[in-house]
Amino acid sequence: MTVFEYAPAPESRSVVDIRGSYGLFIDGEFTDGHGEPFKTINPADESVLADIACADEADVDRAVKAARAAYERVWGAMPGAERGKYLYRIARIIQERSRELAVLESIDNGKPIRESRDVDVPLVAAWFFYYAGWADKLGHAGFGPDPRPVGVAGQVIPWNFPLLMLAWKIAPALACGNTVVLKPAETTPLTALLFADICRQADLPPGVVNIITGAGDTGRALVAHPGIDKVAFTGSTDVGRQIARTLAGTSKKLTLELGGKAANIVYADAALDQAVEGIVNGIFFNQGHVCCAGSRLLVQESVAEEVLERLKARMATLRVGDPLDKNTDIGAINSAAQLDKIRELSAAGEAEGADRWSPPCRLPDRGFWFAPTLFTGVAQSHRIAREEIFGPVLSVLTFRTPEEAVTKANNTPYGLSAGIWTEKGSQILWTAQHLRAGVVWANTFNKFDPASPFGGYKESGYGREGGRHGLEAYLNV
Amino acid sequence: MSDRLAVRKTYKLYIAGAFPRSESGRSYPVTDGKGRFLANAAHASRKDARDAVTAARKAFPGWAGRTGYNRAQILYRIAEMLEGRRDQFTAELRHTGASKTHAAAEVDAAIDRWVWYAGWADKITAVAGAANPVAGPYFNFSTPEPTGVVAVIAPDSPLLGLVSVLAPAIVTGNTTVVVASEPAPLAAITLAEVLATSDLPGGVVNILTGHRTELTPWLASHMDVNAIDLTGIPDEHVQDLEEKAAGNLKRVHRPTATGWTADPGTARMTAFLETKTVWHPVGV
Repeated sequence: MTVFEYAPAPESRSVVDIRGSYGLFIDGEFTDGHGEPFKTINPADESVLADIACADEADVDRAVKAARAAYERVWGAMPGAERGKYLYRIARIIQERSRELAVLESIDNGKPIRESRDVDVPLVAAWFFYYAGWADKLGHAGFGPDPRPVGVAGQVIPWNFPLLMLAWKIAPALACGNTVVLKPAETTPLTALLFADICRQADLPPGVVNIITGAGDTGRALVAHPGIDKVAFTGSTDVGRQIARTLAGTSKKLTLELGGKAANIVYADAALDQAVEGIVNGIFFNQGHVCCAGSRLLVQESVAEEVLERLKARMATLRVGDPLDKNTDIGAINSAAQLDKIRELSAAGEAEGADRWSPPCRLPDRGFWFAPTLFTGVAQSHRIAREEIFGPVLSVLTFRTPEEAVTKANNTPYGLSAGIWTEKGSQILWTAQHLRAGVVWANTFNKFDPASPFGGYKESGYGREGGRHGLEAYLNV
Repeated sequence: MSDRLAVRKTYKLYIAGAFPRSESGRSYPVTDGKGRFLANAAHASRKDARDAVTAARKAFPGWAGRTGYNRAQILYRIAEMLEGRRDQFTAELRHTGASKTHAAAEVDAAIDRWVWYAGWADKITAVAGAANPVAGPYFNFSTPEPTGVVAVIAPDSPLLGLVSVLAPAIVTGNTTVVVASEPAPLAAITLAEVLATSDLPGGVVNILTGHRTELTPWLASHMDVNAIDLTGIPDEHVQDLEEKAAGNLKRVHRPTATGWTADPGTARMTAFLETKTVWHPVGV
């Protein structure tokens, strides 16, 4: 059989127009920030993409005031049907500008274009389309006949799915009648700033969506601001804890979507080729920068060797490299800081006695890269089995009985997601019932949908995003 | 008038289905509405609180794993047992200063509240869960599940308030550590006698009496407590307890004050429920 070599198939960058510098989007206008501006870079080659304004406390205050005014004068009082139509408009513009958004996301974040094009951006449009339809039906959602909005929402989102997390936050907030001040992550601000332009194209009233850029200080100023009524945060469990402490004793509503250390359980009777695809998708999707990544593989002892053999063969076919190449499976690590963290934890895995393996894999010279990696001989006490690595690193453990699988899976302070692979229906349902996790994928992994509630148990946070359940965070109930 | 001396009851804690004294050996006097001595209640310690959490954690998988129908029958049985002791509870509430009519009405309302929540055990899943129409060939459903171990700081309403915060926590499968009203704890321990004879597994409800300000910080910061209900906490202590609860991201329920006779609604149940969403492909 002839083997055809891959040839580069780069997506064109010409569809995006990155400006030299960006301001803060407040009250419908781009304005200057008063903090120290910072640069956003392309993690695939470390080139500077743009200068980004940094919001200081006074800028945060301006944004919150704009959101408050828009809430009181326009958005809170607008009939739900009209709000919904704005959201439908936004959904349509996202679809129209989908290629531009996908390319920009891959440039700023480092994720493969195949994922930003086929997963992130379609889901972003779907999220706005889904919640648009709720805006005039809130009285039927099970929260009373006429549920009211909360007011002004302060939203802080991470860098792993910049635009998708924006959609998860903004779409339900606006549908319920709230206005928002959103802070994207400092390493991935560009698609949020492009979204500001989409709001303008949709003629969204000024102040309904405000986007302020900056790092931790800006986020802290936002969540602590007395003028906001609700905080929504997606990010690390440590920062989530700090936010919960900051909000202690206040009347602000809080939802948190935090870290995870998901178990992906493979029973001996599973369809092994499908399971291997699921394992690969579970941990290497988005470079493993996924809070619900299947980072702990629990494989039944009798098939462990066979699964590992097939998994290694599959990992050897993964293509690591240029995020804009349509063949790429694994793109760039988002930042130097994240790369350091992945390296540090992987080194700890070796130091603690686990066996490290990566396929032969040539990494580009410039940019932030990490080869897909798996560890065998992992004990539950190892750091790589307990801590969220947030990178393309899989820890493999084994089990003999379903009870042992569930006990090991639940042996973590996290509880965001889990995977189950077996052909036996009753075993799927038994396992799903006993897992203490908010999202369970059986014979699939890393599936998302606006109609499907997402969120964690235990220290993976509280509140749900998606579905009817996702409305509760933004209604005064 | 008989000259027989009454046999008094020793009021102890309720932990893991048993009635131990505080391990600290401490007690505190409880008085009636006019300041007259009623009994020495156990003055629970940090160690007692930890023992109670251990008992609640141990009881959780079994209780959460019961069917809704079974939990419904047990809660209904609690109502039956309470009804049988109606006069005893009425008399106990009168000691706290309530009139005969008021005390009897409160006991009746408490019995009826168990009946109301009993019926929810096999219905809340249908109301709070969902089959989700995702855009792909997947069957996707969401079910509510109990949060885990819930610390319940009960209000001073000695029976109706206590039942109103306890029943919604356990009906869905959570297990609890209850800190009873500090000035009026006796009805809570008598309620424990009802719980102990209602087929409720030991450890599902654990009741501590003592000083709220001493016990609640330990429960708020305990890493194996999943949620805390601050109903009985005055506003000035909320911030400190919420800061402590953030340590393991406890779910905190801080209700807006409403009278205990109002329609309870479902909020107290959903406050201690998690939503689990399960996906499976559809195909041949």
